[in-house]
Amino acid sequence: MTANVIADILSGTVLFAVPLLLVALGGMFSERSGIINIALEGIMVIGALFSCLFLRMVDASGFGPAHPQLSVLIAILVAAFSGVIFSLLLAFASIRLKADQTIGGTALNMLAPAFAIVLTWAIQGQGQTTILIPNWVRITQENFGMAAGNGFLERFVFKSLFLSTPIAFLLLIVAIIVLYKTRLGLRLRACGEHPQAADSVGINVYKMRYLGVSISGFLGGIGGFAFTVAAGSGFQSSVAGYGFLALAVMIFGNWKPLNILGASLFFALFKIVGSYAGSIPFLPHFEGVKSSEYIYLMLPYIVTMIVLILTSKKSRAPKSEGIPYDKGGR
Amino acid sequence: MKNRRNRTGIINGTASLISIILGLLFGLLLLFIFNPSFAITGFDNLMTTGIASSEKLAKVFYQSAPLLMTGLAVAFAFKTGLFNIGATGQYTLGAFFALVGVVQFRLPWWMGLALAMIGGALLGSIPGICKALFNVNEVITSIMFNWIALFAVNLSINNMPLMLANAWGAINKDRTAALTSGKFMAYNPNATIPKAGLDQLFGSNYINLGVVIAILIAVVIWVVMNRTTFGYELKACGYNRHASNYAGIDAKRNIILSMTISGALAGIGGGLYYLSGTAQYTLVKSLLGMGFNGIPVALLASSNPIGTIFSALFISYIQVGGDALQPEYSREIIDIIIATIIYLSAFALLMRGWIGKLFIRNQTENINAEDDQPSENEAKLVKKEETLK
Repeated sequence: MTANVIADILSGTVLFAVPLLLVALGGMFSERSGIINIALEGIMVIGALFSCLFLRMVDASGFGPAHPQLSVLIAILVAAFSGVIFSLLLAFASIRLKADQTIGGTALNMLAPAFAIVLTWAIQGQGQTTILIPNWVRITQENFGMAAGNGFLERFVFKSLFLSTPIAFLLLIVAIIVLYKTRLGLRLRACGEHPQAADSVGINVYKMRYLGVSISGFLGGIGGFAFTVAAGSGFQSSVAGYGFLALAVMIFGNWKPLNILGASLFFALFKIVGSYAGSIPFLPHFEGVKSSEYIYLMLPYIVTMIVLILTSKKSRAPKSEGIPYDKGGR
Repeated sequence: MKNRRNRTGIINGTASLISIILGLLFGLLLLFIFNPSFAITGFDNLMTTGIASSEKLAKVFYQSAPLLMTGLAVAFAFKTGLFNIGATGQYTLGAFFALVGVVQFRLPWWMGLALAMIGGALLGSIPGICKALFNVNEVITSIMFNWIALFAVNLSINNMPLMLANAWGAINKDRTAALTSGKFMAYNPNATIPKAGLDQLFGSNYINLGVVIAILIAVVIWVVMNRTTFGYELKACGYNRHASNYAGIDAKRNIILSMTISGALAGIGGGLYYLSGTAQYTLVKSLLGMGFNGIPVALLASSNPIGTIFSALFISYIQVGGDALQPEYSREIIDIIIATIIYLSAFALLMRGWIGKLFIRNQTENINAEDDQPSENEAKLVKKEETLK
């Protein structure tokens, strides 16, 4: 019994860490190039919207049930590219027009859910604000020709496995290599630290920043899809503040990929412990208190705050983030 | 000097106006795309519902009071170079403090408002302290405390039986007591903000003195910002923290104070809305939109406290119009329009540059090129001022 609970908690932790990891990595690329991307929330919504619409379409046409994981893969690509296109709105405003990055991002955060609701209404009919996710999306033991077991490992791996999980870990490795082992990564980081110096050695700062924001759109879009499948109740034009949480995870992770992985696992663990608190014997259950679930809902935010304050001395943001780069400026 | 300030104001106003017109045109385009046959009627509804009847106008004023307060909160922090995205949490805690005051302690409404201010200020001070002492980004702290405040408020209300509507004869227990129900009126008749005859004037139950209070506060904030040393110090910190530190201004103290006052303003907004008697706080697990809507209010007004009065009225006006779009369209089209306006106003720097140039050209023509030098210098100054912002 307890082993099952532990397996469920671990499985849920990974499930919810994936969207945080992806989106925070996206934010990292953007900020490392010098653009504060507060629009991650909106990017997630757009990615989730178009991938869910795609899944809905292939589910109706019969292609989806026939080729489930291929469809999911295409849906992930749809999420990624819709995220890129949406993020270009931020890039255009903040790089080309040198607009205030926070304001542009806030506008996009407001735009995305409203656009999602309007479009969902237009497609599904009035008042139908939820896009349901078909049940063939989840990867089960049967996909591998295995018998459905219920041991610790089976529960941990297959309780809630989606294609987005292995892809996320693949993308993490790619992100580390790109950021630290390639010329591109070095140039990108230079643009976030000292764009003038980067420019003086012939690096196109504008191009690098466009690239940084686009990568954040790519990862943010996939993150939106990963969040929606993890949340499990379909797409409801919102990602419940996960884009902002990812920003916190990114800062907590000190703008470094592996630290971000740790931070997202840490945060997801506290979230899951909160929702499983009732079935964990050694945790206090607050018998006399009504609606005590709120105590555990607060937990991840409080813990993150404490950690942020404790680690703030070591926290180091990219030096030039948030400052529009002007070629003619000094 | 005064002339230049006026001109900057006009340029800012024109830039916002252009953004608004373009945003509304984009909205019209959306109406045509989603349902062409209703587009003209829909747009007409959107634009005129707010003044179609005194009842709707009352609703515009009613909603604009909390919007103005959260808008002021965001604007105030912006002036000190801080982004208070936590207005929604401060608004929620303010509402909770106000309700506790009038329900649990039977206090009159104005004491409730004072408590709301304290609640908002307490929550607002946290991101300020974290920023000043630990250098934690205020955006992140605000976001975290939005959720913490929401859950803490819901948890507390659930454990205060007197606060819930079902303690006062209603059946629902997912919301707070209706302050105008007969049973509650007998318990605390002074819990709601007085209507001062406005309800009879407008023929609507919604309106009360809230909007007047909010406008007065906006004027006070303008005076503090523009006519006091304290306001000058806050703005100086916003322009350049290191320079103001060097000039002997305590930047850390100012950051904390700025966020505290900003939080207090948002808190009053929560008090104004939930002490109106026509609103009940509903226990949901998502953040209240009113706090986030303060951001466009502030941006549209270029963070000018007087400007926020007009932008709050405008946003409230098209939101009332947006409700009239249903059922042919979803009302979220309004949010798209507002978002578009904000996105365009992010180009304000560019637009202000163009408008400024136009202005200066006209003026130099008027002077008939007697002496070009000063106005050119002035143009540079204006430009410099804009870049500083």
